[in-house]
Amino acid sequence: MKGWMGKIKALLVFSALALFLTACGKDNLTALVPKGYGAQSSMDLIILTTVVMSFVFLVVIIALVIVLMRYREKKGQEDYIPKQVEGNQALETVWTVIPIILVIIMAVPTILASFDLADNSGASKHLNVKVTGNQYWWHFDYENDEFQTSQDLYIPVGERVYLNMISSDVVHSFWVPSISGKLDVNPENTNTLYIEAYEEGVYWGKCAELCGPGHSLMDFKVIAVSKEEYEQWVADMKAVDPEEVPQDAVAAEGKELFEANGCMGCHAIGASPAQVGPNLTNYANRTTVAGVKEHSKDVLVQWILNPEQYKPGNLMTGKYPELSEDEADKIAEYLLQLDATDITPESAGK
Amino acid sequence: MSIAATQKRSFGAFLWDYLTTVDHKKIAHLYLFGGGFFFLLGGLEAVVIRIQLIKPENDFISAGFYNEMITMHGTTMIFLAAMPIIIGLMNAAMPLQIGARDVAFPFLNALSFWLFLFGGLLLNISWFTGAPDAGWTSYASLALDSPGHGIDFYIAGLQIAGAGTLMGGINFLATIVNMRAPGMTYMRMPLFTWATFITSVLILFAFPALTINLFLLMFDRMFGTAFFDVALGGNTIIYQHLFWIFGHPEVYILILPLFGLFSDVFSTFSKKRLFGYTAMVFATMLIAFLGFMVWAHHMFTVGLGPVANSIFAVGTMAIAVPTGIKIFNWLATMWGGSVRINTAMLWSLGFIPSFTIGGMTGVMLGSAVADYQYHDTYFVVAHFHYVIVGGTVFGIFAGLHYWWPLMFGRILHEGMGKLTFWTFFIGFHLTFFIQHFLGLMGMPRRYWVFLEDQGLDLGNFISTIGAFFMSFGVIVFLINIIYTAVKGEKASADPWDGRTLEWATASSPPPYYNFKQLPLTRGLDPLWIEKREGNGKMTPAEPLGDIHMPNGSFTPFLMSLGFFIAGFGFIYQTDNSLWHIALFGGMAFALGCMIYRSIKDDHGYYIPKAELEREAD
Repeated sequence: MKGWMGKIKALLVFSALALFLTACGKDNLTALVPKGYGAQSSMDLIILTTVVMSFVFLVVIIALVIVLMRYREKKGQEDYIPKQVEGNQALETVWTVIPIILVIIMAVPTILASFDLADNSGASKHLNVKVTGNQYWWHFDYENDEFQTSQDLYIPVGERVYLNMISSDVVHSFWVPSISGKLDVNPENTNTLYIEAYEEGVYWGKCAELCGPGHSLMDFKVIAVSKEEYEQWVADMKAVDPEEVPQDAVAAEGKELFEANGCMGCHAIGASPAQVGPNLTNYANRTTVAGVKEHSKDVLVQWILNPEQYKPGNLMTGKYPELSEDEADKIAEYLLQLDATDITPESAGK
Repeated sequence: MSIAATQKRSFGAFLWDYLTTVDHKKIAHLYLFGGGFFFLLGGLEAVVIRIQLIKPENDFISAGFYNEMITMHGTTMIFLAAMPIIIGLMNAAMPLQIGARDVAFPFLNALSFWLFLFGGLLLNISWFTGAPDAGWTSYASLALDSPGHGIDFYIAGLQIAGAGTLMGGINFLATIVNMRAPGMTYMRMPLFTWATFITSVLILFAFPALTINLFLLMFDRMFGTAFFDVALGGNTIIYQHLFWIFGHPEVYILILPLFGLFSDVFSTFSKKRLFGYTAMVFATMLIAFLGFMVWAHHMFTVGLGPVANSIFAVGTMAIAVPTGIKIFNWLATMWGGSVRINTAMLWSLGFIPSFTIGGMTGVMLGSAVADYQYHDTYFVVAHFHYVIVGGTVFGIFAGLHYWWPLMFGRILHEGMGKLTFWTFFIGFHLTFFIQHFLGLMGMPRRYWVFLEDQGLDLGNFISTIGAFFMSFGVIVFLINIIYTAVKGEKASADPWDGRTLEWATASSPPPYYNFKQLPLTRGLDPLWIEKREGNGKMTPAEPLGDIHMPNGSFTPFLMSLGFFIAGFGFIYQTDNSLWHIALFGGMAFALGCMIYRSIKDDHGYYIPKAELEREAD
């Protein structure tokens, strides 16, 4: 009997947990399971305001239910005229003063948190990354132009990283729900957002300001690795030799095709301040193709052949001569051996 | 043959009557059907959006077309559906509620309508060549980046429709200030009239900001200026400020009239006077005032800094106080009353929990740091649909059921009305409640697709099913309208045991001159007072005499047509200078109509006393 009850209990706990987990969304994407400083700050206020407002909602619902139960027009009393009440000063004062108190309860922590999250005075003591939003990809420039990457932003876990963000075209918005709330990426001024991830992991980032047809496909990743791994990654990224000819003959041919077809005009490999298209250094270790597709050779070949099929409105389509499947295959082969470091997305959270 | 000819002639006469009418009651019909048409169009766009999002990475429509769809859905619903229907209700009821025979400027009233209709048509013609695709907010950086003429249609269409709205606002203000019947002091006006008054003030101050913003955007796109072009030293954030200085009061333009309407409905169907009338009036004013002070809460994530964010956060939360006063006063109005639940009342009762959720999330959004997560996600989409559908659309349905007899002389079918309510109500919550969570789970708004395996599939699926329920409700409502027009129950002059003056006319719908003799108001709820303390009829405030009436005119239609043609000229003159013919031709034509109107003396006409006496009392 007891075992049976225990099983039921376990089942209940398990299903409640499952429900809670699915209700909170996907780990490392959802804002409901905060894993960073900013996200935690927002979550605290979300909980506070939800609790306060739910109380108000409850009061309204209870009053409404009582009205519906007690004061419905009764059969046979259609001519009944209720007492015409003008108002009640005491009551009206109560439902003015209590909401004012509730507002103060919510406003004070909001103001404190606003100033806290906008405090960039520590920027010079921490890592700074320049972030540029582009239709429809992200450019990350590390340590005063020493090296660049795109789409995957590596950061050391447990440390503040200051992101100095600007857009090269229209307004975008930088959002990594699990780590931090969003901040717009404007074309006219640099906005600074600091982020701090509490746990190692690969976090989903999204553009949150309508920026054109490719808006919904402008995803990126924030990869939080341990401090040692991060330092290793930086050293490796700095040591990249862009001229290195691949050992593999097919990849070497791919490199030639990459150069012959003008890919270099937009895509830098190795350190370069240029950012017409995504910097492809260390491409082998990307999490995705084009920010949203599985990182595999087949997908990459398809992307090179016809980017429009994966990302409508992208600025790569039509910028280079038409390639044969064989040529695209060789270029993909070349890109997929651009392996600069052992620090990969898999390093996070191991 | 002769019968067909008569029918044909009579249809022509009917059409001509509506094309030239300056009667506020007929203009109300025009607004309702014009706005209703755009409501169906906007609803269709919403269904397309929801079908696209029924499953992950769906390819029902393309990305570019999806952006056109969301832009047109928002723009249509706000500017071409909700506002015109509200203005239609104001036209139908407000002059009657203050015991007036018409609005202050009947000609201007007709012009307002035709400008709205031609503006709306112009905007929707863009579907054939490429609709605007930068969102209903049309933020400058993306709007300048958008190829084709979609954004130009947005600018021209809204500019023309907006001019009509602005004129309407001024007209209502003049009407309420000047045309109240004897005894109808400000503090005896029904709440709907008060709301119309305050909303008109909002229109008067908010719309110019939109007009200017659209002009600046138009100069940038068509004439080579650089107000918002960052490469040439412009600034896109100014666009956002100007847009929301208009845009936030616009939210209150959409909801305050319905607050007024709910006050009237709750009071009528509880057979009780409105609880805390004075507080209700001042709460409405306070909401309107604060509505101008909080625009930057739409811009918390722009990077304005903690000082601005804090001030606007506190301001935003403060609006909850007067809104709370209103909610509790409505509950107190029903408390102790004799609550009759018909369809109009069902929509009003459904409004209370729905709008309270919208208000709750409004306060939650006002907490700036929490907003860093909510902003531009489905949480916001859920929030403003709770406010605009749960408040405005529910209010419109309540208003239509409440005033249908006043407007058309028939009572909408109750059974179908209730079916519409329940399907729409359930569908509404099904569609939008889950979206709060979708937003927090990481789904930004205006996303053409959401990716697989991100935990967003179920929520989106449920949301789409809800949209089908809402569509079903709307279809039943359309059937109800047709059924009522053919077989509906005829209404008496006062079908609801009303309290206010719109129910004190000779018949439903009221005669074209409204009141044979202007009524004397002795207090709040004048008709109710006469029913309880007098002989049940309004005491006349004037002896029976000739009634001065305005003449109908086709000029408003032609003037608007001129602007419509000029709109095409503006849009296409960048491609081919031949379009300047349309631009200058259209403007000249509109100007010619204005000159004609200014020069020609039109003193209207009189309904002789003898004719009024002949009509049975």
